Amino acid sequence: MNINTKKVMKNGWRIAKDRNITCLRIRVPGGYLPVKLLPLIQEIAQRFGNGTVHLTTRQSFEIPAIPFENMTEINSMLSPLIEELEVKIGVKIDDLSKGYPSAGTRNVVACIGNKVCSNAVFNTTALAKDIEKIIYPNNPHVKIAVTGCPNDCVKVHMHDIGIIGQVEPIYEASRCIGCQACVKNCHKVSTGALSFVNNKVKRDASRCIGCGECVLKCPTAAWTRGGQYYRIVIMGRTGKKNPRLAAGFLEWAEREVVLKICANLYNYIDQYIDRSLPKEHVGYIVDRTGFNLFKAEVLRDVNISPKTKLASYLDFAGYTYDKNVVYKN
Amino acid sequence: MKLGYKFNSEAFNMLLENLKKKHRVYAPILLKGKGKFSDTDLVGYDEISRIEEVVFTHKSYFSPKETFHPITQTLFYFNENDYREPAVDEKGILVFLRSCDIYAVERLDKIMLENGTTPDYYYERLRNKVKFIVMDCQDGFESCFCVSMGTNKTENYSATVRYENGFYLSNVLEDIDGLFSLYGEQVEVIPHFVEANNQIVNVPQNLNLEAITENPIWEEYGSRCIACGRCNVVCPSCSCFTMQDIFYEDNPNCGERRRVWASCHIDGFTDMAGGHSFRRNNGERMRFKVLHKISDFKKRFGVQMCVGCGRCDDACPEYISFSQCVNRLGEEEVEKRG
Repeated sequence: MNINTKKVMKNGWRIAKDRNITCLRIRVPGGYLPVKLLPLIQEIAQRFGNGTVHLTTRQSFEIPAIPFENMTEINSMLSPLIEELEVKIGVKIDDLSKGYPSAGTRNVVACIGNKVCSNAVFNTTALAKDIEKIIYPNNPHVKIAVTGCPNDCVKVHMHDIGIIGQVEPIYEASRCIGCQACVKNCHKVSTGALSFVNNKVKRDASRCIGCGECVLKCPTAAWTRGGQYYRIVIMGRTGKKNPRLAAGFLEWAEREVVLKICANLYNYIDQYIDRSLPKEHVGYIVDRTGFNLFKAEVLRDVNISPKTKLASYLDFAGYTYDKNVVYKN
Repeated sequence: MKLGYKFNSEAFNMLLENLKKKHRVYAPILLKGKGKFSDTDLVGYDEISRIEEVVFTHKSYFSPKETFHPITQTLFYFNENDYREPAVDEKGILVFLRSCDIYAVERLDKIMLENGTTPDYYYERLRNKVKFIVMDCQDGFESCFCVSMGTNKTENYSATVRYENGFYLSNVLEDIDGLFSLYGEQVEVIPHFVEANNQIVNVPQNLNLEAITENPIWEEYGSRCIACGRCNVVCPSCSCFTMQDIFYEDNPNCGERRRVWASCHIDGFTDMAGGHSFRRNNGERMRFKVLHKISDFKKRFGVQMCVGCGRCDDACPEYISFSQCVNRLGEEEVEKRG
């Protein structure tokens, strides 16, 4: 068996435990899959694999137990999947018969969002697809996730770029009956940003995280939804060195800002990645260059509105397995 | 012959433009993005300028009562020496609403104008300005039970309106400011009212109040109801309010007295001096509301308070159906008589 493992991996195939056997990953941006595509996935698994699929942590399908010699044939079968899930949303892929053009930049995951969920403050699938259009195909190891509210069901805090929806609540005092459902609930499940003063509600904008709970609880529509914004948390990760939750980077950012930052991230990586390594995960690049340089690069030509708040440093919460990773002679 | 007028959009909008000279015109409109959930809309009341804004195809989530019985109403301003009522808008109030909603206004009138020794002054002075434009109901909506409550047809209106084949058709009983006849083409218009609903509600006529208090269904509702008060605030016939004296933060010697809608489901409704309160259990609140709507009110005023609009069923986040509850009470009554 003679294969170029690097090319194979970039093509979406795995170098697996079993000799001569590989697995195929099928990207599903935002975890949104028209079921008409399932029969093709089923066919590949039954004809070439062992009749199973693994549902990956990144909302993809991994089809295991495929002999390497079937790669070319299967790649040529993938065009309906790639056409529907990538090309249709605007991803540029020249030759659909050759399978996936890259795998380093991982599938963009998203919670189900406001297609279904009452908590979600925006359409996560739509944003995931718009991000996919900007970042794919690309080789750098980058993980991006989108979640509809601060409950963060999709764990954006474990991602390089985590996007959390925010809604600016609008209060119409004359519609408020002073039931305090919003005030009590904000203290109970969110940040305690609301207080009851003179029988009406005051919102501490510096505490509000835009979860929309006040709107959900208000019986009279005194609270309604204003603009949709995004909180971006960055450089969360698992791994063998120091697992950490992503740290806050921007709050109350517009959609265009989110998309531009995703695009700029790749220019930053291209400039600062350590090319002596087989690959370098973007979080470790930021560790080397420092936050300020990262910030300058990803915010290049980005119009930050006065409403948007920008972190002055990255306040990571996490731990290091071995202190010698931090302290060196 | 039912006197009526036919308008194309342009003519009806001329009518509206001229009605607005002496009236504030309220109608159910699509409030974009104002739904509880993100990227959803709300059909609620606001002033309109054009007939195209009016939503005929859906029931309004909120009732029309807020247009003349404000959610928050300042009764007077005060300082150490003096008090003064706010000026009242000189304009009349024209409200687009459904037949059931008009019956609900009649229920509000009972409480606010006939319940005490004198009419409620603040209610009356706005209520006297109100004229009704009935929106025809062709089929009703999923949760409606107006036919069961006898509120599906009315003649208590100035005019009706429905959209049909590109025209707006109005039956007119009162030609407000002579404008309907000025802008409309005279035709016969028979207003359409609902003749049958999906929901049929049998209101029990002779409830045994003692037995009903012991009924275990209230325990069940108590475990389901979250006391959010949505059923009350969307109800066209709920009239309860509370009083608030506000002392301005910058100068507590000045302030205002307001009244604000209240809800018998929400905590605090029965709070009394000394920390007493009644109906702490949500099931008891449900019982109180249901019996007021389909029993107690009628004993006092001769008509049921509930008008069968079904908005409470539409609004309940816990899917508690008021109409099903009334039917359950009715079924048990039949069983007992057996």
